Amino acid sequence: MSTIGYDSWAVDLAEVGAVYPFQGSEGLMVVLGVIFWIGWHRIQFVREGEHLQKAKNIGDKEKITSLLEKY
Amino acid sequence: MDGNLNALTTVFTEFYYWVTVVFMFLIHVGFCMYEVGASRHRNHMHTLMKNIMIIPLVTVTFFFFGWWIYWAFPSFPFFGGLNHEAGAANLPWSENMGTNLSDRITGVFWAAFLLFSWTAASIVSGAVIERIRSSALWVHAVMIGSVFWIIDAAWGWHAEGWMVKYLGYHDAYASGVIHAVAGGYALGVIMVLGPRLGKFAADGTPRDIPPHNPWMLTIGIFLIYSGFWGFYAACNIPAISPEGIGGLLTGETWTATNIYLAPTSLSAITFNFLMSLSGGLMAAYVVSKGDAFWTFSGGLAGIITASAGNDLYHPIQAMLVGAVGVVIVYNLHYWVERTFKIDDAVGAVAVHGYSGIVGLIIAGFLLWGAPSSPYEGYATVNPVGQTLGAVIMFFVLGWLPAFVISKIQAAMGVLRIPAEVEIQGLDYAEHHAYEEAKAAIIEADKAALNIGKVPAE
Repeated sequence: MSTIGYDSWAVDLAEVGAVYPFQGSEGLMVVLGVIFWIGWHRIQFVREGEHLQKAKNIGDKEKITSLLEKY
Repeated sequence: MDGNLNALTTVFTEFYYWVTVVFMFLIHVGFCMYEVGASRHRNHMHTLMKNIMIIPLVTVTFFFFGWWIYWAFPSFPFFGGLNHEAGAANLPWSENMGTNLSDRITGVFWAAFLLFSWTAASIVSGAVIERIRSSALWVHAVMIGSVFWIIDAAWGWHAEGWMVKYLGYHDAYASGVIHAVAGGYALGVIMVLGPRLGKFAADGTPRDIPPHNPWMLTIGIFLIYSGFWGFYAACNIPAISPEGIGGLLTGETWTATNIYLAPTSLSAITFNFLMSLSGGLMAAYVVSKGDAFWTFSGGLAGIITASAGNDLYHPIQAMLVGAVGVVIVYNLHYWVERTFKIDDAVGAVAVHGYSGIVGLIIAGFLLWGAPSSPYEGYATVNPVGQTLGAVIMFFVLGWLPAFVISKIQAAMGVLRIPAEVEIQGLDYAEHHAYEEAKAAIIEADKAALNIGKVPAE
């Protein structure tokens, strides 16, 4: 019993294809991967929105002016 | 070299490893930039010198005895004696260890391993910046670079290593044999060395000591990523026939293999390197709330976590393993810092050590039952073997010797710099000499200008 489908390398490599674990679950893996990717965007949008909301009220006019001059 | 095909394969292999060595040099450049960027202005030159001198010290000692250890120790001391036959060909006085037209591989293979040795030592160097004596660090560099990591390579990163045979230990791109051992070693040193002055408030609350130059850190870590490509390629045998492997493989199809001579491909590791880097970066960005230092380091931690099984994983598995590893490692770093008051200045213990441990254990589950070797009678990959392997790498060969040697150095008063020097900065004396030399030459130039002639006239 092996997750990659082979428990020994007593094989002719000319007859071997995929050797990654859990072959046959590619669809599930893609679903998990896409959830990770979309979830990342969702978290990023929410966090950045919150951050910008806070940031727009913390500026000090004098400091901002000096930053503008600093370029 | 008998026959054109054999000659071509040998010269290709020789060139292949040579290229990996050049790429891997970037890892050391990156570590130097990262350390200097993370240190404060008053410690720059010292920090740089501390890391640069790792290169010659580890190189000569790896030539004298490190390389011999790799060939002599695969069964020693628990499952047999020293392998004198294999070891003899790699002793510094062997004809193989020099210009020899009947052996075109030993030099480049030695160099590939040597660059791994520099990396192991450099990982430790980062954790101890701004308060260790260079003399002490350079002893540690030799011990981790030319003794302890190469013992673990003989045991767990060699086709005949006892950990591979009996534990089914699988660590294709060195989650454990480089990163866990070096992270464990760094932890052993900093536990004795103590934190930088000011790192913890009187009530024990940790303070952040921000890098003085985030851009230098960024370029440094991107150079480490670049060098890591070379490292991955160097962990493979590029092309070998089943007959050349001499194991259970049948047929006549040539293949690339991992260090255990089990089949994989450059294509596989290219997929997995990039996907685990991406998983690490994405998870680190989220978990650190966009902290640049942790996001970049998280990319590295993602690769390291997936490295044990990146010869066989599916790319999506590599991505998710990298992501999961980073979340664990990030939280573990701050828990250890808060609980034990450990000052890991560049997160080396976390990014390398904890990632290595987590990566080994995950590989034990994901690759459960896969053959660890192309030879008969070896244990297959399993979670118990991988967990024991992680303990051996991190604690037995990493943490323990570092802790003992550091205790000895501390007792001798040669481990840590005096507090006065730490406050004024390690470059203080050199900086003054520099300023005095500058003032003197400016005065001399002004005098020459006033006289109206140059000394040569």
